[in-house]
Amino acid sequence: MGNNQPPEEHDRGAPALRLAGLRRDYGERTALDGVGLELGARESLVVLGPNGAGKTTLLRILATLLRPSGGEAIVLGCSLPREAWKLRGRIGYLGHEPLLYRDLSGRENLRFQARLHGIKGEAAEARIDELLLAAGMQRRADERVAELSAGMRQRLAICRCVLHTPQLLLLDEPDSNLDAEGRELAHGLIGPGDHARVIVTHDPERYLPEADQVLELGVHERAAVA
Amino acid sequence: MTPSRVAFAAILGKDLRSELRTLQSLPAMALFAITTFVIFRFGLDRTHLSGSLAAGVLWATLLFAAVLGINRLFVAEREEGGFDAIRLAPIDRSVLFTAKVTALLVYLLALELIAVPVFALFFLDSPAALGPLVSVLLLADFGLAATGTLISSMAVNSRARDLLVPLVLLPLVVPLMIAATGATEPLMAVGGPGYHRFGTWLMVLGLYDLIFALVGYAVFDFLLED
Repeated sequence: MGNNQPPEEHDRGAPALRLAGLRRDYGERTALDGVGLELGARESLVVLGPNGAGKTTLLRILATLLRPSGGEAIVLGCSLPREAWKLRGRIGYLGHEPLLYRDLSGRENLRFQARLHGIKGEAAEARIDELLLAAGMQRRADERVAELSAGMRQRLAICRCVLHTPQLLLLDEPDSNLDAEGRELAHGLIGPGDHARVIVTHDPERYLPEADQVLELGVHERAAVA
Repeated sequence: MTPSRVAFAAILGKDLRSELRTLQSLPAMALFAITTFVIFRFGLDRTHLSGSLAAGVLWATLLFAAVLGINRLFVAEREEGGFDAIRLAPIDRSVLFTAKVTALLVYLLALELIAVPVFALFFLDSPAALGPLVSVLLLADFGLAATGTLISSMAVNSRARDLLVPLVLLPLVVPLMIAATGATEPLMAVGGPGYHRFGTWLMVLGLYDLIFALVGYAVFDFLLED
């Protein structure tokens, strides 16, 4: 899939997410139960809840990295898990791990990701330069990831997440390890824009003002329009 | 979808670049092989070997050296989130299998470029067997790379990875080793290379390669599922 020509262009008026009775079990334990909501194409959903409430599980299901155990999940018009293959390349996922190879430099990691997403040659280099500049990483981009601080890895991970201009951003604690400057720069990349967002956070004060909807996971799942 | 050849080149290039930079697998494999030849040389108290003994020493050493590389084949994908990054990209997941088979094949060929001349120096009277041995090495390496990649991808998620790979791999490669030593034995006969049943063993190797390449290609997608 190229940066500018996604093969499965989602109808931007249609909901980005439609969940109904979504459930995920790990053996005997139910991590997620009865999640239901609908999120518009450019809307932001903030997911709150204590540790172990299933926030990361929800994000990994939406990213097609986990199969739901029950219920319905339609993401960008694709029903999961049946049509998961149609979604790949249209989602930007920022998890707990930066998904970067430690022995490659930041630039090499982004180049690798660009090639996997079908972004080639000068277009890839231009996009990588643009992102590195936006994340304040242009001077450290050629150092091995293993030699970078956790905050710098997070900045690179954000660049990786948005490299292919995804239609849906799934962000798990996007501010982890970032200093004030990093948070500000990151906001320029993953803030509200021409994409829908699902943001898992323990910092509601920062993200609630941007939220169109809030989902509280925990004792009983509760979705609310902000 | 990103064209498979682009994704293949990206993954293979990333693996080879990482190995060249860190030298985590190849030096260990080569050192293991050379040390084992030294042990055989003094353990058997022989300055030259021929026939089945020569073939057995060569292939047992190459196989156990290969296990070291197979153990590490998917470690970066597991520990640095490469599996998730690749699963999120719009690529045919079987490309990861073919790229890893090729990377392992390159490691095995590089290992043999070092180990086989050392073996010849230690144990063979004449280097005449080395020419026809190349075809046996190529066919056996491909089979070992296909089987090793499959087993490594299954074992990488286990904490007992280092134990599982040899336990599962060694029984599976018994037919491969029988055919490889069967083809090598006449090449190292006393009095110069012979070709008794050489072609038959090469066909057995080819058949083994075909079966495990197809099995790996067919099941690899399922192995990447959660």
